[in-house]
Amino acid sequence: MEGLSLDLVALQLFTGLALGALYVLLALGLSLIFGMLTVVNFAHGAFYMLGAYVGLWLMMHGANFWIALLATPLAVGAFGMAVERVLIRPLYGRGIDYPLMLTFGLGYIIVELVRVAFGNTGYPVDTPDLLTGAVDIGVGWFPLYRLFVIAVTALVLVGLWLFLERTSFGLIIRAGARDPQIVGILGVDVARVWLIVFGLGTALAGLAGLLAAPLQGVIPEMGGPILAEAFVVTVVGGMGSLLGAVVAGLLVGVVVSMTSLFAPEMSRVAIFALMAIVLLIRPQGFFGRDGLMS
Amino acid sequence: MAVDQTTDGIDWAAGRARGFAPWSLRHRASLAALFLLVFPLVAPFKALAVMILVYGLYALGFNILYGYLGLLSFGHSALFGAGAYLCGIAIARFGAPWWGAIAIGVLAGMATAAAMGALAIRTRGIYFAMVTFALSQCVYFLFYEAVDWTGGESGLRGIDVKTIDLGGVKFDFLDPLVHYYVIAAFVIAALFVLSRILASPFGAVIEGVRENEARARASGYDVARVRLATFVVSGGFCGLAGALLALHLSIVPIETLHYDTSGLAVMMCLLGGTGTFFGPFIGAAIFLLLENLVSLWTVHWQLIVGVAFVACVLFFPRGVWGMIVRLSEK
Repeated sequence: MEGLSLDLVALQLFTGLALGALYVLLALGLSLIFGMLTVVNFAHGAFYMLGAYVGLWLMMHGANFWIALLATPLAVGAFGMAVERVLIRPLYGRGIDYPLMLTFGLGYIIVELVRVAFGNTGYPVDTPDLLTGAVDIGVGWFPLYRLFVIAVTALVLVGLWLFLERTSFGLIIRAGARDPQIVGILGVDVARVWLIVFGLGTALAGLAGLLAAPLQGVIPEMGGPILAEAFVVTVVGGMGSLLGAVVAGLLVGVVVSMTSLFAPEMSRVAIFALMAIVLLIRPQGFFGRDGLMS
Repeated sequence: MAVDQTTDGIDWAAGRARGFAPWSLRHRASLAALFLLVFPLVAPFKALAVMILVYGLYALGFNILYGYLGLLSFGHSALFGAGAYLCGIAIARFGAPWWGAIAIGVLAGMATAAAMGALAIRTRGIYFAMVTFALSQCVYFLFYEAVDWTGGESGLRGIDVKTIDLGGVKFDFLDPLVHYYVIAAFVIAALFVLSRILASPFGAVIEGVRENEARARASGYDVARVRLATFVVSGGFCGLAGALLALHLSIVPIETLHYDTSGLAVMMCLLGGTGTFFGPFIGAAIFLLLENLVSLWTVHWQLIVGVAFVACVLFFPRGVWGMIVRLSEK
């Protein structure tokens, strides 16, 4: 391992955090949706991909990156709400496997529709002018855009925390995750809350897709592997736990970037080994509540 | 778990149930065998008929876990693919005889199931689908990276079986009809084995766990062990299906391990009738026939798959055979 300095490791750590930030956004969405609706959204990867393509489409039609950054989560979230209203709502109370199979099928539809609209080949996405280049972060030069991804995720986390902890609607969401029946009896329109939470979760996936676009370009298949990785994060962090999604997301990001530095051939398998270890030692994940799934 | 699943669990002890559904079930393996023996004489394309056999068997293996035990796995491609790859590697890299390679494929399916199951069964309910999905992705990468053994992205090639030697009598495996009947023989054997398993006390325990986990536990059954054992049995059937696929295609494409292949098993089961004996084969037949037809006029076949998936879940959860059974009961 010649030329492997501590600075390089530290830089790679930051790269891992930027990657982890994307996992955090995805796993937060999954966990929010699961925590409220007990639906595992197997189309989450497709919503992520959709976010990247919506951003691409906006930028192809004259919008700049900043407008896309605002508009994409709104558009994907609105689509997510439509999906919940039309497709998922009829399935409540019919067994937990049905929404799962439905969203799996929905993933096929979204991916194929994107192929119809944009073709099978991918597109590169330019990093916005303001965010090109690198900055010195003490241990070396780090791409500014990756710092931006971390910053946006941190902002979203703070916003989400304030929303859930400091607003009355957030209180309803937290109560609904505990016991939707009681919340319903207290006069809250639970169906509307679920609609909004599904929209919020898919909007986060769309945002993650848009943020990922300048890093890796966009292709219709980009949502598949990252869905498996987001599941790993969710299992490691604990299903339905938002804190778990954040901690495990960053951890998985760092594990991926560190293994690709030290053992590149292991980089794609390492996180599954991590998941296996967590399952053996603590099947409910870091912050999972025991018995949530029974 | 799934609330309105159809099952064809009938009261074997009574043995006197009348009507079409119980009759078809009492003779389920024989009926299926008879059909499979006549099938190539009416099917236009032998290759398609063989694919229906192979994927039907694969969906059947998946159905043991989902339909009969009630655990939804989204990682069955790993079991199917492990069977296909290990059977193929045994022939292409070690020159194993075809029957030995098939045995290795079955064992590979069971071993993969045991490894995945040991991890996934530690979690419950909805976690199971996620963990199996993630683990199958891991298996995909493992086979993808092991290029020297598996051929990596371009798939495993060189699985050449030209003749099937049975006690001195040689059959030409390249002849489509012989080809079909060799594979059908294994599928029919598997059908009889499954029918026997379902009729055994273990089969009753499997359905008991699905219907009421707490009661099964209270009756003294170790639910986790029943689940693991069922997963391994399911892996054996899927491994066999994979091995037959390798023999049939004489290559193993890497897509065999892709999560789309896992979705295929779910789709075929759902289409044909979850938890029914004939459902998986009917689902496989409908799916593959549709795929052949639709692919003629559009490249966007996956769109149809997705729509069919959603439509089945929303409007048609019993599947074709489930509907037939239900109508015949009225």
